[in-house]
Amino acid sequence: MSQVATTFHQKLETGVTVRQRVIGVLFLVLAVITGLYFAGAVPPDQTATFGMVAGGSKQSIDPLVVPAQNSLYFLAVIMAVVGGVQIARGFRSRTNLMLGVVVLLFVFGFLIWAAAGKSLNLAGLLNTTLIKSVPLTLGAMAGILCERSGIVNIAIEGMMLSSAMTSTLIASVTGSLWLGLIAGMLTGGLMALLLAVLSIRYKTNQVVAGTVINILATGLTSYVSAKFLQVYQGLNNPGTFKAWPIPLLSDIPLIGPILFNNNIFVYGMFIMLVVLHVALFYTKWGLRMRSVGEHPKAADTLGINVFRIRYYCTFLGGLVAGFAGAYFTLGSVGRFDEVMTAGRGFISLAAMIFGNWMPFGSFGAGLLFGFADSLASRLAILQVAIPSQVLLMAPYIATMIVLAGVIGRSRPPAAEGVPYEKE
Amino acid sequence: MTENNQPRPSPIKVFLSELTNRGNEEGPDAHRKRGLLSSLLIPILAIFTGLVVGGIFIILTTESVYAAFQQSIGAGIAESWRVVLLSYQSLFTGSFGSPSRIIAAIQSGDGAQIRSAFNPILESLVASTPYIFAGLSVALGFRAGVFNIGAEGQLFIGALTATFAGYAIKGVPAVIHIPLALLAGFAGGAIWGFIPGWLKAKTGGHEVINTIMMNYIAFRFSDLMLTGPMKMPGSFNPVSPTIERSAWLPVIFGAPTRFHLGFFIALGVAFLVYWFLFKTTWGFDLRTVGANPYAAKYAGMKVPLNIMLAMTLAGGLAGLAGANEVLGVNHNLAMAFSSGYGFDSIALALLGNNHPAGVVAASLLFGTLRSGAIRMQLVAGIPIDIVSILQAVILMFIAAPAIIRTIYRLRKPVHDEGVTVATSWGAD
Repeated sequence: MSQVATTFHQKLETGVTVRQRVIGVLFLVLAVITGLYFAGAVPPDQTATFGMVAGGSKQSIDPLVVPAQNSLYFLAVIMAVVGGVQIARGFRSRTNLMLGVVVLLFVFGFLIWAAAGKSLNLAGLLNTTLIKSVPLTLGAMAGILCERSGIVNIAIEGMMLSSAMTSTLIASVTGSLWLGLIAGMLTGGLMALLLAVLSIRYKTNQVVAGTVINILATGLTSYVSAKFLQVYQGLNNPGTFKAWPIPLLSDIPLIGPILFNNNIFVYGMFIMLVVLHVALFYTKWGLRMRSVGEHPKAADTLGINVFRIRYYCTFLGGLVAGFAGAYFTLGSVGRFDEVMTAGRGFISLAAMIFGNWMPFGSFGAGLLFGFADSLASRLAILQVAIPSQVLLMAPYIATMIVLAGVIGRSRPPAAEGVPYEKE
Repeated sequence: MTENNQPRPSPIKVFLSELTNRGNEEGPDAHRKRGLLSSLLIPILAIFTGLVVGGIFIILTTESVYAAFQQSIGAGIAESWRVVLLSYQSLFTGSFGSPSRIIAAIQSGDGAQIRSAFNPILESLVASTPYIFAGLSVALGFRAGVFNIGAEGQLFIGALTATFAGYAIKGVPAVIHIPLALLAGFAGGAIWGFIPGWLKAKTGGHEVINTIMMNYIAFRFSDLMLTGPMKMPGSFNPVSPTIERSAWLPVIFGAPTRFHLGFFIALGVAFLVYWFLFKTTWGFDLRTVGANPYAAKYAGMKVPLNIMLAMTLAGGLAGLAGANEVLGVNHNLAMAFSSGYGFDSIALALLGNNHPAGVVAASLLFGTLRSGAIRMQLVAGIPIDIVSILQAVILMFIAAPAIIRTIYRLRKPVHDEGVTVATSWGAD
C-alpha cells in the first residue's frame, strides 16, 4: 500500500514539474514572439491608437495612444520574467492566474503590433467580444447543467437551432417577443427531455442520442423554414429585444457602455452565471447534482433520486440552451435562417471543456473565443498578414491542447455518459 | 484496500458497455448467433416506423389537409392519404425511376431513352457512394471501440488533398492519376483521423471531443486553402481549379447519367474492410481491443497502437468519401459549410450493425432517400429536409430498440441486443 502511495506521489510530482516547465517555456516563447517578432516589425517612432468609445455611446474619452515598440519591449520583459520564475520555482496554486495574465499581456502585445501606426477601436472590440461570447457562455452553461449531472450533451447545437426557429415563429405570430422567448426556451427544454428519456430511460449511448437531436433539429428547422418561413415573410419577422441601458451604471466611463447598455440576453447571461455558480457550489442542490455526476451509486445510497436529478438538470440545461438559441434571432438579427447557429453549439461545448465544467471558467473561455471571433473580422481592416481563419481555428486547437492536459487539465465529471442502473 | 485497488474502468470499456447496453453481466447466451431475420427485424421496423412518423409530419404541415378537415372529417382523411401517397410515390419514382417509363424505354430499345429512364436509380447509387465510405469509417471505429464523430472533417480534408492531387499533377494517364488522387484523399483523411487517435492513445483525450474540434479546424483550414493558395486564379469565389480530366472517375454509361466508377470502388473498399476486420490478424486485434481492451492487453496486443490504427484507417475511409465526391461528381471543390455526411454516417454504421455489408445496405437506403427527396420536393412540395427528419427518427429507433419493441409488442430477446458495437470473440 505504501509503495503504491509513493509511486503515485512521485508520479504526481513529476506531473507537476513537467507541467510547470511546459508553461514556463510557453511564457518564454510568447515573450520572444512579442519582443523580437512584434517589436522588430514595428518602426521605432510609431504609435498605436486605441479608441475608447464604443459605437453608439455618447461619452467622449480621449483615445489611448501608446508608443508601439517600447510598449512591446516592456510587455516582453514582464512575460520573460514571469516565465523565468515559473521555470525556476513555479507559481503553484497561482499558475492558472499567471497563465491568464501572460495570455492577456500577449493579446495586448498582439493588438499593439496590429494597430501600430493605425487606430483600433478597443472599446468596440471589447463590446463585440462580450456580445459574441453570450451564446457561447449560455450554451456552455447548458452543457454544464447536463454534464455535471452525468448526461453527455453534444446536442447543444440542435437545441439552440430549434429554439432559434420556434422563438422566431411564435414571436412573429403572437407579436410578443417575450412569448417567443418562452417558446424558444421550452423548445430547448423539450429537446433536452428527448435526450434525457433516450439516455436515462432507454440507456441509449448519449453521444448517439445527441446526434439524433442534432440531425432532427437541422431537419425540422430547415423543413419549417423552407415550407413556411421563406414563403410567408410575416412568420419570420419577430423584431429584436432592444438594448436596455441600466441607469447610472451605463454612465461609467469605458465599461459602462460595454457592460451595462445591452439587451436582456447579456444581463440574463450574467444573472445565470452567478446563480449557477452559487447553486452548484454553495447549495445542497448543487452538491447533490455534482454527486450524481461523479458517483451516482454513492448518491443513490444516500437517498438521492439519481434519475430525477438527471431529468431535472437536463431539462434545465435545455431551457438555458433554448435561451441561447433565442439570442440568435430575438437578440441579434431578428430573423431565422437555415442552420444559422453555424456550429456555435459545438464551440459552446469547447468553452465548457476549456472552462473545466465551471460557470465562470466557461465564461472566460467564451470571452476568449468571442475575442478571437471579433478580432478575426477586424484583421482585414487592419491589414494584418494573418488570415482570419487561423484565428478562428484557435479556439478549437486550444481546447484540444487543454483536453490533452499538457498546459492545463480539464477533468469531466466521473460518471458522465454512463447510464445508471439501480440494483 | 480492496476498494482503493479496484481498477477504474477505462473510458473505452465504459464507452463500450454503454454502447452495447450489455455491461459486464452478459451471460453465455449473449454469444449465441442470432438468425439473420431476427437481427434484421429491428432495422426494418425502425425504417418502417420512421416512414410512418415522416408521413404524420407531412400531414401535419400541409395546409390543404387542414382545409379539407374543415369541410368534413372524411375529406380530411382522404386528403391526408392523398398527400402522403403523392409524397412517398414521388420519393419512390425519384429514387428508382418510374416503372412504366423503364418498360417503355426498354421496348423502344433506344440507348439514350433507356439511360434516362434508369437515371434516377443510378443517381441514387451516386448519392449512396459517399455514404458507403463515411459509414465504413464510423463502423470501423466502432469495431475498435472508438467513436469517430469526425468523419465530416476528415471528408473535407480528403476532398481537399484529392483536389490538389487532381489539378496539381499534370500529364499523367488516368490509370496512374486516379489512384494517386484517391490515395491523396485517403492520406489527407488519415492524417485528420490519426491526430485524435494519437491524442486518445497518448493523453486519454476523448476522441468524441477531439474529432468534433478537428471538424471545425478542417472547415477553417479548407476555407483558408480555398481562399488562398488553392483558389482558382481569377475567381472571386472560394473555389478550387477544376481537376485534370485524367483524374475524373470514368462515367460508366453515357449522358445524361453521372454514375461513375466510384460506386464500384466503394463496394471494393467495403469488401476490403470486411476482409481486414474479419480475416486478418490485425483486424482480429482491432476488434478484440474494441470488444475488451483489458483482455486485449493481457493477450499482448498493443491497445494504443490499435486505437491509433483504427482512427487513422477510419479517417482515411472518410477521406475517400470526400475524394470520391471531387473526382466523381463535382470535379472541383467549393466551400460548403457542412455536408451532413459526418453525422449521417453514425446512423449508417449503427443501422448496418457495424458490418461492412450492413453499412452498404444502409448507405443504399440513405442515398436513395436523398436522391428521391429531390423529386419529392419538386412534385409534392415537401422540402428535402424531410430526409434529415427521417434519418434522425430511424437513428433514434435503432439506438433505442426498446421503443420499437414497445410499439410492436415484441418479446424482449434473450439478451438485450442494443446496438452492437463490437462482436464477441471470433464471431463471423
